[in-house]
Amino acid sequence: MERTTIDLWVGIFVALGVAALLGLAMKVGNLTTASIGETYTVSANFENIGGLKPRAPVKSAGVVVGRVADITFDPATFEAVVSLSVDKRYSFPKDTFANIYTAGLLGEQYIGLEAGGDEAALKNGDKISQTQDAVILEKMISQFLFSKASEETKDSAPSKASGSSESTKIDDDALGANPLDAL
Amino acid sequence: MIKRSRLRPLRTLGHGFIKRIWRLGAGARLFWLTLISSGESFRRFHLTIREVYFTGVMSLIIIVVSAFFVGMVLALQGYNTLQRYGSSEAIGVLVALALVRELGPVVTALLFAGRAGTAITAEIGLMKATEQLSAMEMMAVSPISRVIAPRFWAGVIAMPVLNVLFCMVGILGGYLVAVPLIGVDAGAFWSQMQANVDWRLDILNGVIKSVVFGIACTIIALFEGYDAPPTAEGVSRATTRTVVTSSLVVLGLDFVLTSFMISL
Repeated sequence: MERTTIDLWVGIFVALGVAALLGLAMKVGNLTTASIGETYTVSANFENIGGLKPRAPVKSAGVVVGRVADITFDPATFEAVVSLSVDKRYSFPKDTFANIYTAGLLGEQYIGLEAGGDEAALKNGDKISQTQDAVILEKMISQFLFSKASEETKDSAPSKASGSSESTKIDDDALGANPLDAL
Repeated sequence: MIKRSRLRPLRTLGHGFIKRIWRLGAGARLFWLTLISSGESFRRFHLTIREVYFTGVMSLIIIVVSAFFVGMVLALQGYNTLQRYGSSEAIGVLVALALVRELGPVVTALLFAGRAGTAITAEIGLMKATEQLSAMEMMAVSPISRVIAPRFWAGVIAMPVLNVLFCMVGILGGYLVAVPLIGVDAGAFWSQMQANVDWRLDILNGVIKSVVFGIACTIIALFEGYDAPPTAEGVSRATTRTVVTSSLVVLGLDFVLTSFMISL
């Protein structure tokens, strides 16, 4: 076969390959959305992070504004320290609230940032003090059953155990973290 | 004193073991020789381009057709299970991840071993049987740098290209089944896929896999051809061994690479 024909076919072959790789990157992968440029890092302590993983999205108002960079355990406070890389274009007030939400029924967990009203903005290395733990489904169910059981025994035994007050606290937590996300 | 004939099974075992080790060493030596004498395949790049044509372009049809059917079957089977759990929109993620992570590199490599690897082995085995390689050596042309190295680099170039084409065509096949045929929402199909397929962890790792498989398949095919006894029977056996060894090595390497990539 003629050399120019071979060159042409190989050229087409390689061009197709590059086009397919670009297609995979743009159409199939998340190269376009994952391109977070300059970031700054803030950390947040959680008592329980549930199934949160590094590289999970950080969203505010549903928009991805960053990623979870690193998760470590603090042996002094027995809390999880989650560091978040947030896009430099977005600045958040100092009293921003960090929650761990679940996408869908059994979906991946992500961090939701809710802006507060502080004038000063979060800087690199700052710490978010107000956090809301992940909702653990088993915990919620057991608390629900526990509170149901204590409601039933309420008439017979008006002096409830202290467990009931704890259950109301957890229920409030669950409401704060939007139980529809978890259920 | 034990009779000599009683020891025969042990001797056979030892002989087979030594032969395998010897072949492994000879293959590694050929690989090393190919690497250090591959300058000419880049200086005279048309040699390599010619081989890319024969190994890559000529494999396009089988790769594209099988990718299309693999994608369509994945979508059908995936939908069948996913719709029980009410998450048929996740079909795009299922098809894309299965193709990009595993099926793309592995099936491409298996098809490549069958389509291009056998051709390489038979060609080089026949070149040896008809003493073309010896003739080259007589003319002070190194058969390694003139015949082996261009084919090696052609295989290494062609495999990732074939792999990404396989993935893309497979996803298109899955799309055709999922969206027009079954009626999954097209927007959900693509957006769920984009949200869950990672550029580096999924796509790039798949390409890395296919590069490794390309190296393995091509060097096995080249070695079997170069090592084949110069007879009709020898070449036919070498061709069979190419397919068997390449397939086993690809599957083994796939496990090793995946375990590394998952832990990272």
